[in-house]
Amino acid sequence: MGIVNVKKDNFEDVVLKSKEKVLVDFNADWCGPCRMLRPILDEIASERSNVKIVSINIDDEEDLAMKYGVSSIPCLVLFDGGKEVNRSVGLIPKDAVIEFIGE
Amino acid sequence: MYDIIIVGAGPSGLTAAIYGRRANKKVLVLEALSYGGQIINTLKIENYPAAPNISGFDFATTLYNQVKDLGTDIKFEKVIEIKDGIEKEVITTKGSYKSKTIILATGCENRKLGIDREEELIGRGVSYCATCDGGFYKDKDVAVVGGGNTALEDALYLCDVANKVYLIHRRDEFRGEEGLVDKLKEKNNIEFVYNSNVTKLNGDDKLSSVIVTDKEGNDKEIMISGLFIAVGKIPENENFRKLINLDDSGYIIAPENCHTNVEGIFVCGDARVKEVRQLVTAASDGAISATEAIRYINERK
Ligand SMILES: Cc1cc2nc3c(=O)[nH]c(=O)nc-3n(C[C@H](O)[C@H](O)[C@H](O)COP(=O)(O)OP(=O)(O)OC[C@H]3O[C@@H](n4cnc5c(N)ncnc54)[C@H](O)[C@@H]3O)c2cc1C
Repeated sequence: MGIVNVKKDNFEDVVLKSKEKVLVDFNADWCGPCRMLRPILDEIASERSNVKIVSINIDDEEDLAMKYGVSSIPCLVLFDGGKEVNRSVGLIPKDAVIEFIGE
Repeated sequence: MYDIIIVGAGPSGLTAAIYGRRANKKVLVLEALSYGGQIINTLKIENYPAAPNISGFDFATTLYNQVKDLGTDIKFEKVIEIKDGIEKEVITTKGSYKSKTIILATGCENRKLGIDREEELIGRGVSYCATCDGGFYKDKDVAVVGGGNTALEDALYLCDVANKVYLIHRRDEFRGEEGLVDKLKEKNNIEFVYNSNVTKLNGDDKLSSVIVTDKEGNDKEIMISGLFIAVGKIPENENFRKLINLDDSGYIIAPENCHTNVEGIFVCGDARVKEVRQLVTAASDGAISATEAIRYINERK
């Protein structure tokens, strides 16, 4: 499964109402560590089928970034059953992302 | 068996890899996090010769591809120990590798204040990069801690973004450039907090204020939503201390020829004891350390 971009309009449907876990990647084009993290997430997205990975550009989606209290990027937030269950800030290696997502 | 194992895929380690591969040596680069090192955090590099205005990400990616195209092995594994011998051994979180020589290119990290809850509040008000995270604090009150150029530059940058900026410094004079201090003094939304240390971070799930303690031991609360920590850099070489001589701060001791105290083990870049820690000096060390490693290998053939 590839990574889809999420906006304010479809956030509820794609993230909160999702049956599987959702890993939300808050990022921006100008953020170097975010750009480093992206290929890692792409790899995981193609390897795993029980987690959905989505991307939110914080410059386009200021409201979502604000609502979820994002104040440093890259910021990974894991949702399960519509609730935030885990959060990680900063660039982390692939193994750590996998551990962050869990089973 | 490798000819050269390089620990760290920052600018210095990757430069060493170029020199090693161009001399036809078998080279492995081991990296704990991602290629590029510290420079991926900067939006624009303005002082690297012949590459004005390149972003840190593009610089790192161009360099990485150059190294890959030369046929370098690169693995993403953290090195936890090195062992000396005629054949040297490098132990990672995933395995171990043999090599004739080792180049340590482990660089630096941001120094932490070392106070309670600092780690927990990263991304929730605590930041080490004003240009990265400053945008989140539009029209809010923030503070910068530190007294060097980075702290001054961060404060200047934040003055244009935030509502109010406190600059907290443990002395009453700045180490950084005078010109920067003068520019800051012209701003009307900055307040200098001298002779003070940040001693406590307050807030539930987000930073809401800090306590600063002055020389006399008086506490003061400053209401802010962002704290930018710019108190210098720190190397992380403790895993190698058994074998390699480090200075008091943890930098690897080696002269300009990049030789450590152990024959066949070299150091390059920010991890080495030196005056100027920049891309050009990192690249320069990369070239020197690899050339010395190649000489070491060839002399023992
Ligand atoms: C925000 C910022 C802006 C900057 N701007 C500029 C600029 O404009 N111009 C300029 O010239 N310089 C700039 N610098 C400085 C420059 O980035 C550094 O001097 C340079 O990156 C040093 O390169 P290095 O390879 O020695 O170390 P680093 O870049 O620190 O790289 C070290 C690498 O080693 C890895 N590593 C560490 N320990 C291990 C281990 N045990 N196992 C495996 N891997 C390990 C790390 O993960 C890292 O990737 C800037 C730095 C920062 C933080």
